[in-house]
Amino acid sequence: MKLDWRYWSQRSCRYLPLVLTMAIIGLCNTGLLSTAHAQAPEADQLGSLVEAGEVGDESAASLLPAPSPQRSDYPTIGVSSRGIVWVVAQMHLFFGALVLAVPIFVLVIELIGFKTGDDRYDDMAHEFMKVSLTAYAITALFGGTLALSLFLLYPDLMTYLMRAFGSQVLVYAGLFFLESMLLYIYYYGWNALRYGNRKWIHLTLGLLLNVVGSTLLFVANSWTTFMMAPSGVDPATGAIIGNIWEVMKGPLWNPLNLHRFIANVAFGGAVVGAYAAFKFLSAKNLEEKAHYDWMGYSSNFISILAFLPLPFAGYWLMAEIYAYSQQMGILAMGGILAWLFVVQAVLICTILLAGNFYLWTGMARSEGSERYRWAIKYIATVLILGFLVWVTPHNVIYTASEMIRLGGGNHPVLGPLGIMPAKNIAVFLMLLCTFLSFQLYRRADKVITVSWQDWGNALMACIYIVAIANIIFAGIYYGYFTNTVYKVGSSVIQVMSTVVVIVSGVVIDTLMFKGAKNLHVSWGKVSDRSQYALFALPITFTWLMALMGYVRSSVRTHWHVYTVMQDNSPDNFIPTLQTVGNMVTLVTLLFLAFLLFIFWIANLSGTRQLPPLAAARSPAMAGSGT
Amino acid sequence: MTVLMKMLGFSVLLILAFAGVTYVLPQMEGAAPEEIEVDVGALTMETFVAMGERLYQGQGTCALCHNELGRAPDLLAFNVTSASLERLADPRYRGDASDVEAYLRESMLNPSQFVVAGFGTKGSNDTESPMPAIDKPPAQLSELEIDAIIAYLQDKDGNPVTVALPVEADDTQVDVEPAMPVAAQSPEAALAKYGCAACHSILDSVTTLGPNLNDIADRQEPHQIRNSIVNPGAVVDEDYFVVMPEFANMTIGELEMIVEFLAMQTGEQS
Repeated sequence: MKLDWRYWSQRSCRYLPLVLTMAIIGLCNTGLLSTAHAQAPEADQLGSLVEAGEVGDESAASLLPAPSPQRSDYPTIGVSSRGIVWVVAQMHLFFGALVLAVPIFVLVIELIGFKTGDDRYDDMAHEFMKVSLTAYAITALFGGTLALSLFLLYPDLMTYLMRAFGSQVLVYAGLFFLESMLLYIYYYGWNALRYGNRKWIHLTLGLLLNVVGSTLLFVANSWTTFMMAPSGVDPATGAIIGNIWEVMKGPLWNPLNLHRFIANVAFGGAVVGAYAAFKFLSAKNLEEKAHYDWMGYSSNFISILAFLPLPFAGYWLMAEIYAYSQQMGILAMGGILAWLFVVQAVLICTILLAGNFYLWTGMARSEGSERYRWAIKYIATVLILGFLVWVTPHNVIYTASEMIRLGGGNHPVLGPLGIMPAKNIAVFLMLLCTFLSFQLYRRADKVITVSWQDWGNALMACIYIVAIANIIFAGIYYGYFTNTVYKVGSSVIQVMSTVVVIVSGVVIDTLMFKGAKNLHVSWGKVSDRSQYALFALPITFTWLMALMGYVRSSVRTHWHVYTVMQDNSPDNFIPTLQTVGNMVTLVTLLFLAFLLFIFWIANLSGTRQLPPLAAARSPAMAGSGT
Repeated sequence: MTVLMKMLGFSVLLILAFAGVTYVLPQMEGAAPEEIEVDVGALTMETFVAMGERLYQGQGTCALCHNELGRAPDLLAFNVTSASLERLADPRYRGDASDVEAYLRESMLNPSQFVVAGFGTKGSNDTESPMPAIDKPPAQLSELEIDAIIAYLQDKDGNPVTVALPVEADDTQVDVEPAMPVAAQSPEAALAKYGCAACHSILDSVTTLGPNLNDIADRQEPHQIRNSIVNPGAVVDEDYFVVMPEFANMTIGELEMIVEFLAMQTGEQS
């Protein structure tokens, strides 16, 4: 029997991604496990084992209690240590989020391009990677600076963390090398591995890049969640008693992994969307405008699609925080940090308004959009009402005469809007509205031809009506007419109703779009204002990430590692909201400056100076982009 | 370049607008607890109860859950001593306490011994309390601090305090919110110590929550000022509620410093 090597090589290439992914996961696991501490005995046995000399010096070292540094033990360099670490860590997180997120959706876009044979997708994915690649070096620089800052300014904390995580940090470093190699091969090998079987190799590299990148993210997350909810330690002394796996898999690890993974995709999509907007506004001809308009649309699509499930992941994280420590949860949601959620409301509403505005203006690209334009004013009304409800605070500091006129501490009408049930109703209705805008946008350039389209539309409308009724009923009934305990339970109904709409909407639309007639879409014919909406997204996302990162970190209050290692540094207090606002503004401005630098660099790489002779002949063209 | 500048301008404006929101919200700072030495020998029952109240509101983090929002029984809304007696007689009670003081101590050290119906950990059928043991981190209260809270909980409803005052000869380290009885050395420090500026316009503070003190000398004589501090409810301006607390641990020296300082605050001067 003669083997058809071309057939077999083609088949093997298709399975290559799976095989290599399994291999790398296996390698990572082996690496992690091999660095694990020896299986620790039960905590209550440890003391007696040490006394009996059955635990060696090395194991005994792991029984050291958590350090308890006094204020004088913290090095001072004349500037707030927390301020330095705050800025550097946040910058590292911004860029880390970007470089880990972009390859995720780039791989999906590349696969779509490969399957459809449309080179535009491939080119767009490649251009997205260009932005990510420039950001990669900056990520590493901030990462290195962060590590040095921490070792310099918080030596006791780092000693303790090193003891807890041991050589896992070397696995992290190894993964970082692997990530770098894969990233460079993936980017620079793009055109060399563009078609046929070679494309499968390239796709495999992309998959591996994402597997390694996500593993890096999860490993780093374990450090963060260990500080919030330490596991594998003796609660009384902070001594490390678990192996590396027990230290890593704290109660908040997976919720944070999911939340950051989704948030990174939304953030990455928004940043490359800003790049597209920048290029669109700088474009000199319609062809360029059309390309970057389409690129901006795709980025916004990715960003908003990832953003929609984000509140559910956030809900899970917060629920786990409450389950781990009710005090910690209440401090975040009902204590001194609670006011920051008013700022969060402003930010998320800005994201939703900007995202919706972009979709509405973008609908103008297709003449088919006229069928749906009437709905925009209703969606906008719900969004604005939702925004107003969301930002209504529960308690306001009134003067005595105002309190007399109000007849109490809360406004009789607006007071009930200040509590969570009202805000939940607002949030979930806003999410539904955003999804509706998204659905209308997708339908704007299509004429559905399936025979059951009336039934399909009726079903979709019914799902919306039932979901809206559910959200409002659950919010009002459980929020205002039952015990507090049931208030949290009502959110589950609201979450599920929203998820059902999103999932069924995607499924029904996908089925209805089969065989649909596509109307002409005039890419590039979109207002400049829409591009500013596109630019508003990453700015707001950045502010939001910095703010919520601060809240997550601050719930530890005066603990480096919650309940086991106290923070006695001069900065161990929760600062005022103004200070937080200033710090978040500072890091966002810094990120913006670096971002514009990246856009400029990415643009510069496509610029070629003309030879002196040609430049002399055509002075107007000298220095122009190719 | 024009596009770059426009984008930059737009982004900076947006960023500053977000920062502006944080400026219009109430400004609070959450201080970490400070270790302050308490002279146990100098404690009176009054200052011990006051210390318990501060611990209840602050370091003990009791008020975080025990409030009107319904996460835990609102201990300030009912008579804790009477409720404790009822719970001791409840067939569901599993602890070892036989009196109110022991019950309150047990409920802080081992909260699951009796869980009030509806306040148990989800799925535990009210057999397990979500409350952490108060002598463990993060609250990490000492024996003396726990006693002070018990004294406060008994005293707040007018019941007799059964907790004995600590009698150790050595000074004891206590974690409390900064504000323990260390006498202020200046009128400004005394005003800051008792948080007067939170409700009154005085020194750098501008607020309308309480009467303006910058011109108090134009309206009141020193003895009236003194009377208003010692007994805030005695004379109340018709535009205001009596929300001012009584300062049980204010020293006479501090009181006189504040009175003397306020007696010089005239509208002309400010």
